[in-house]
Amino acid sequence: MPTHTFTLNGEKVTVEAEDDVRLLWVLRDLLGVTGPKYGCGIEVCRACTSHINGKAFNPCSVRVGDIADDDEVTTIEGLPATADARLHPMQEAWLERDVAQCGYCQPGQIMTAVAKVRQARAEGRDIGDDDLDEIRNICRCGTYNRIREAIVEGARRM
Amino acid sequence: MATHRHAPDRDDAEARSPEDGTSRRRFVGYLLAAPTLVAAAEVGVQAVAAPQAAAAVPSPPQAPELLDLNDLLTLAAKPTANLISVQVHRDGTVSFDLPRAEVGQGITTSSAMIVAEEMDVPLEKVRVTLADARPELLFNQLTGGSNTTISTFTPIRVAAAIARRRLLEAAALELGSAVSELTTRAGAVLSPGGRRVTYGALAEKAASVESKQVSVRLKERSEFKLVGTPQNRLDALDAVTGRKRFAMDLDVPGAAPAMVCRPPTINGKVKSVHNKADVEAMPGITDVAVVSTGVAVRGRTFGQCIDAVRALRVTWDPGTAEGKSDADVLRELRKAEIPLAVPDLGPLTETVDADFTFWFASNSALEPNCAVADVRSNRAEIWSGLKSPVVAQQEIAAKLGLPQSAVTVHVTEGGGSFGRKLFYDAALEAAEISQKTGKAVKLMWHRTDDFRQGRTHPMSTSRVRAAYVPGQVLSYEQRHTSVATDFGHGLGEILTSMAAKLPVGDLTFSETIFTLTQESPYDFGVTTQLLNEADKGFNTGSMRNIYSPNVRCAQELVVDELAKKMKKDPYEFRREFLKDERASAVLEKVAEKGEWGRRMPEGTAQGIAVHPEYHGVVAVLAEIDCRPGTARRDLPDARTGPRVTKVVCAVDVGLAVNPRGLEAQMMGGIMDGIAHALTSSLHLKDGHFLEGSWDNYFYTRQWNVPPELDVIVMPPTTGKPGGAGELGVAAAMAAVACAYGRATGRMPTEFPVGHSGDLGFEPLPTVPPIPQSPTDGLDHAH
Repeated sequence: MPTHTFTLNGEKVTVEAEDDVRLLWVLRDLLGVTGPKYGCGIEVCRACTSHINGKAFNPCSVRVGDIADDDEVTTIEGLPATADARLHPMQEAWLERDVAQCGYCQPGQIMTAVAKVRQARAEGRDIGDDDLDEIRNICRCGTYNRIREAIVEGARRM
Repeated sequence: MATHRHAPDRDDAEARSPEDGTSRRRFVGYLLAAPTLVAAAEVGVQAVAAPQAAAAVPSPPQAPELLDLNDLLTLAAKPTANLISVQVHRDGTVSFDLPRAEVGQGITTSSAMIVAEEMDVPLEKVRVTLADARPELLFNQLTGGSNTTISTFTPIRVAAAIARRRLLEAAALELGSAVSELTTRAGAVLSPGGRRVTYGALAEKAASVESKQVSVRLKERSEFKLVGTPQNRLDALDAVTGRKRFAMDLDVPGAAPAMVCRPPTINGKVKSVHNKADVEAMPGITDVAVVSTGVAVRGRTFGQCIDAVRALRVTWDPGTAEGKSDADVLRELRKAEIPLAVPDLGPLTETVDADFTFWFASNSALEPNCAVADVRSNRAEIWSGLKSPVVAQQEIAAKLGLPQSAVTVHVTEGGGSFGRKLFYDAALEAAEISQKTGKAVKLMWHRTDDFRQGRTHPMSTSRVRAAYVPGQVLSYEQRHTSVATDFGHGLGEILTSMAAKLPVGDLTFSETIFTLTQESPYDFGVTTQLLNEADKGFNTGSMRNIYSPNVRCAQELVVDELAKKMKKDPYEFRREFLKDERASAVLEKVAEKGEWGRRMPEGTAQGIAVHPEYHGVVAVLAEIDCRPGTARRDLPDARTGPRVTKVVCAVDVGLAVNPRGLEAQMMGGIMDGIAHALTSSLHLKDGHFLEGSWDNYFYTRQWNVPPELDVIVMPPTTGKPGGAGELGVAAAMAAVACAYGRATGRMPTEFPVGHSGDLGFEPLPTVPPIPQSPTDGLDHAH
């Protein structure tokens, strides 16, 4: 069985798996990293959103064989360390706005939010309503307005 | 946590409460023998709210005004309640094992607040866990009908108050003071001289060596310092760090991923499997087994289970809706409709007639159906988010051929429910797979299965006839006809056991629940709302707020029509005809805050609606923009359409334990209401549902969310908490529908309004039953 090595949440990991197993299952079923959630498996619901080299992506739709040795994968578990803090500013904003209901989509929402803010910054602007409207992550509890408020607040703190 | 001193205990059991003039009762509870202090209470009966009627033509009280579903659930809990208990630990924490399911509604936080309030212990020192199935609780371990806080508020307070009283007694010995001189504050007992002893230090000394009945008085509501204040969720940190553990996140030794290859049509059955050995030989796959619902596969990763499901070649027997499409089911409903029968009201009477269709909808949560099962020859252990764990335990035991006592059922944190987790489909299936493979399994439904074979909110029609003369509505008839709703998750058993106490005569389960929940808030003279059912071929269940969103939506649209016929403003008309002061108060509040009647551009409009249920009442004012520039916004793979631009909601639940949590529940209910009115439905075609993904089933997404949302929690009215989890849905759906009707100039008659238009997506194939995951995710990184 092929062996795969990459950086996960700041640490080098090595795992045995067939090349075409999607990264979500390598994370969850083989490495026990359960922050990224399954909600569809086809890159629609975005519950598994994590970061690769600082960009948001959906591990349900990436083969582990396509992850390179020098790729850095960050899940919600590794997000605080990227800000060198106990919690990332976006997580702090999330707590302040009491966003979570059932909590199932929340890791993916937060990972999307961080990338969305970075993307707007890179384009030289603040995050606005049009950016928020584009977010595809489903929250079936419907805590959408608090998500919007928390992203704006988190951006202010980032 | 502020200091408080209870009214001194007196020998006579009654004292006059200065607050509400009612006598202040002692409540009976228990001290239980345990190494540290354990105090307990039984679930009791709450007073039934008296009906109030005062307006044009008073309607006789409907069943829910006398005894509603919540009274029934509360009453049913009484004879079998047994005990819920709080335990004080040596480290000063207090634990409470809640016999309910947390699925996002915030009951662990609100229950912790109630304990903290009554004990004077800091909120963060209270740990609320979810109880395993406790068969002795029977009906009292069902999470449904928004009943949790209604039925547990007083018992939790009694147990906590007994614990506090016992801590005071132990401290009196310790400090050499009389109990009446002592106060409690922030998890400690204080003497007048300033000495302090913590609850943790008293936990053992206050323990009882025998179990015995004791009585206690509760705090006055005016003494509440925590209940009624906005608090953040206690599980929020776990949620935002990914540490919150759902069923599929548990590490149960030996439990490997499992999925089921399901039939191409609803409830089809396996006839034969053609390539079992080939699939068993696929990478990572350990087992392939035919089960009641399809062909189960077990493997090293879920990804490999997906591959195996897709590789299976199966011949299927027909299902229970074979060949049927939307129009066929609608025809069946039409045949089953009970005729309207307007009483003879004289020649001056006119009528408004209306006829609505509500298409199938899905109650899928984001966490799909899932469960972990470890079945051995003589015992079984199950982990799943379950709202009816006792019934699940009974059914699983029966399926496995084990005694109920040999089946342990753990209730895990649930990733949403919306009615879905009232059933235990995945738990039952996981148990069967574990038994057949002889191995522990972590069973998960694919999203596509969850939509296509999972429970649905049944299709229904609502016919309405209202008869009026100028200034008065003389009669209101509503005939709701629905594909049968399955209540086989324990609620049915409650109804059977309580049949003699019901004010509704000889009705079926569904008819009884309909009659106990549907209540017209308006004085429309002779009011009848009846349910009839047809077609039991679908997997159905309650969806958040059950019948109310559709029934309320139909009624509020007819109310707008009546107002138009009588040349009255829709808001003023409602004010005039509402029966209840609490309903008028929330209606007036949203009209004021939402600037009812403000001038708006053509193609945009306001809608307003009010809904009483769960001992509470809510009003919603919605503004919608149906102009082409908005409705035809182009976002990739997005159902845009008319946008709700603003929602103002006012809610009165009697007493909001946690107003911040209540606001969250209203927000969620509003998002559901918007989806039901405008976008989300299942399309039935040739015996299967076409929707198979979240980009097919159009639940509210960020592009549909109202940018302006204002939820107003009304000050306490009844002083007792009502239900919150489902309360917001019906009024939101109705207000959006009314706004849509006013913006477009015609009353919508089918829901969601876009159902019969463009499908808006390319349906996934039914064979294989689930789609393969893409491989181009890195190309979309952003």
